[in-house]
Amino acid sequence: MELLRFATAGSVDDGKSTLIGRLLYDTKSIFEDQLESIERTSRDRGDEQTNLALLTDGLRAEREQGITIDVAYRYFATPKRKFIIADTPGHIQYTRNMVTGASTANLALILVDARNGLVEQSRRHAFIASLLRVPHLVLCVNKMDLVDYDESVFERIKAEFRQFATKLDITDLTFVPVSALHGDNIVHRSANMPWYDGTSLLHHLEEVHIASDRNLIDARFPVQYVIRPQAQTNHDLHDYRGYAGTVAGGVLKAGDEVVVLPSGLTTRIDGIDTADGPVSEAFAPMSVTVRLTDDVDVSRGDMICRVHNQPRVTQDLDAMVCWLSDQPLHVRGMYAVKHTTRSVRAQVRDLTYRIDVNSLHRDEAATSLGLNDIGRVSLRTTQPLFVDEYRRNRTTGSFLLIDESTGATVGAGMLL
Amino acid sequence: MTAHVYELSHLQALEAEAIHITREVAAEFERPVLLFSGGKDSVVMLHLAAKAFWPARIPFPVMHVDTGHNFPEVLEFRDRTVERLGVRLVVASVEDSIAQGRVRERPDGVRNPLQTVTLLDAISAGGYDAVFGGARRDEEKARAKERVFSFRDEFGQWDPKNQRPELWSLYNGRHHRGEHIRVFPLSNWTELDIWQYLAAENIELPSIYFAHQREVFRRDNMWLAVSPFTSPREGEEVATLTVRYRTVGDVPVTGAVESTAASYDEVIAETAATRLTERGATRADDRLSEAAMEDRKREVYF
Repeated sequence: MELLRFATAGSVDDGKSTLIGRLLYDTKSIFEDQLESIERTSRDRGDEQTNLALLTDGLRAEREQGITIDVAYRYFATPKRKFIIADTPGHIQYTRNMVTGASTANLALILVDARNGLVEQSRRHAFIASLLRVPHLVLCVNKMDLVDYDESVFERIKAEFRQFATKLDITDLTFVPVSALHGDNIVHRSANMPWYDGTSLLHHLEEVHIASDRNLIDARFPVQYVIRPQAQTNHDLHDYRGYAGTVAGGVLKAGDEVVVLPSGLTTRIDGIDTADGPVSEAFAPMSVTVRLTDDVDVSRGDMICRVHNQPRVTQDLDAMVCWLSDQPLHVRGMYAVKHTTRSVRAQVRDLTYRIDVNSLHRDEAATSLGLNDIGRVSLRTTQPLFVDEYRRNRTTGSFLLIDESTGATVGAGMLL
Repeated sequence: MTAHVYELSHLQALEAEAIHITREVAAEFERPVLLFSGGKDSVVMLHLAAKAFWPARIPFPVMHVDTGHNFPEVLEFRDRTVERLGVRLVVASVEDSIAQGRVRERPDGVRNPLQTVTLLDAISAGGYDAVFGGARRDEEKARAKERVFSFRDEFGQWDPKNQRPELWSLYNGRHHRGEHIRVFPLSNWTELDIWQYLAAENIELPSIYFAHQREVFRRDNMWLAVSPFTSPREGEEVATLTVRYRTVGDVPVTGAVESTAASYDEVIAETAATRLTERGATRADDRLSEAAMEDRKREVYF
């Protein structure tokens, strides 16, 4: 069974929590005690129907304010797939949460209210999904029951979104008209919308092809940890030296000629180990241990890759950065950088522009990035990094900026 | 893993993620420790740690926060497991905390809430900067927002409104002296995933997880075991039933469920069909209020 991670985004009152509640409810992922608890709460609050949104509004502040304020993760499974939902809040001040949720998502699900059509937030969510290169995008037009299941409403929103999407880098776009409240087109095709010839939302989530989204071409193995058993117990292991890590791209095979960065020394893969025994090849995101033929000096932060397909080795980073902190980005400021298994420091050299996430307008006069701002930034690192463009590889193309004094994660970067 | 079909099953993907997280901690922290209760989640977590560093040993100790109210089967299992893996066991004892006057025994004799002080004292005494826990996000609503690397301040507190954003597979473990990071490698696992994985890997569990005969009595809609720590009050009748446990905790607050599931396959079939969350069914302490778990988390419980 395959795993699909998706991020949901919508503006306030688009019915996102209800949609997720509906998916959990209709796939029987809700337990009796959870249901009883929300039925009781709904009754106490005087809600007419059981409020499925209560299933997902976890933190007390959210229940009080009736909004979702942090990324929450939900789980459900059907016989075909296991799903991880990153449920992200809609308010503009929570852009950083959508960025977080989208960073690991195979698919982004954006909700719009059929009565309101596209709003600024819908455009922003679509832009973030495209910036984070979420491979599949689904626009759910919700509350179709409140527009009498009118096809023209759906078609109008669809056309408007397509028009906007031409400015974005979206490879796979799907539109589904739904009513989360009534369950129309969520699990089953709805009889209320015979004009809709697509599949139900759940069917799409189960069937969307994600296996080809990974990079299986550019072999990248950031070394995470060196495994050297203490030999007292087992003398066979006396000379064992393995490089543990998670494959970040491509396929590694025993016998491959490889180069180790930054040393540039070439050697071969002697074998690929796991605790379950050796494997002949490893691909992303497998966690394995690589043994090399030659006794070369390799440590955490080094990268093993193919001789004729190497990442860029550079100290100059040019990236789209989403700012995640109340403390604004300082041009000339120093930050800690975390990239794959490598930690370095970097100085911000320039803010090329700040992007207005609603109009996509580039403000070249901007001098700083505040919380939730996105801009193009160039940095100079203290040590070289081994990087790919983010569009080519989401693992070797992404990095975090960390405030050195507070330790807080303040920026998320995607390399250009 | 079939050659040339470059796909992982959901269990393989979850395993790879957990191993990645475990290795990050070993690489980036000076003194990690893994909380091991003998409960199924901590058993899976320890198994994954053993796989992460194979053929070397696990490069950090495990800690048991011992309430003194243990199932004997679990203690026996704990000792045998650490022995087999060759890891060092640190026991943090709630009874010691009581004896030292750090906490006071509650009138109801329940010790789960007291664990917090014992745990924090042990973290501080050991100088641990990363503490692995087996919590899963599917367990409870407040946990749904927990990070994989969860920052705790010098008082061990979790601030749910001020969590570090966690992107891609980049985990930020920065902290100052006295602060620490709780690490949850099983964040994305569900109860069913845990059982399927235990079965697939043929991992041993304490025997109380499987159907057995036990003397129990009914309290707060749960079957509690007759034990040195819990006995029926007037009007609570003792029955001998075939039961098993879905979680392992402090004996006085851990309820058994009636079940004849004696093997992994039977437990999986039962778990797949179950209509109660494991915490709702078996933990008295989580049912006090809607926000019970959130309150306890703020108070540094896992």
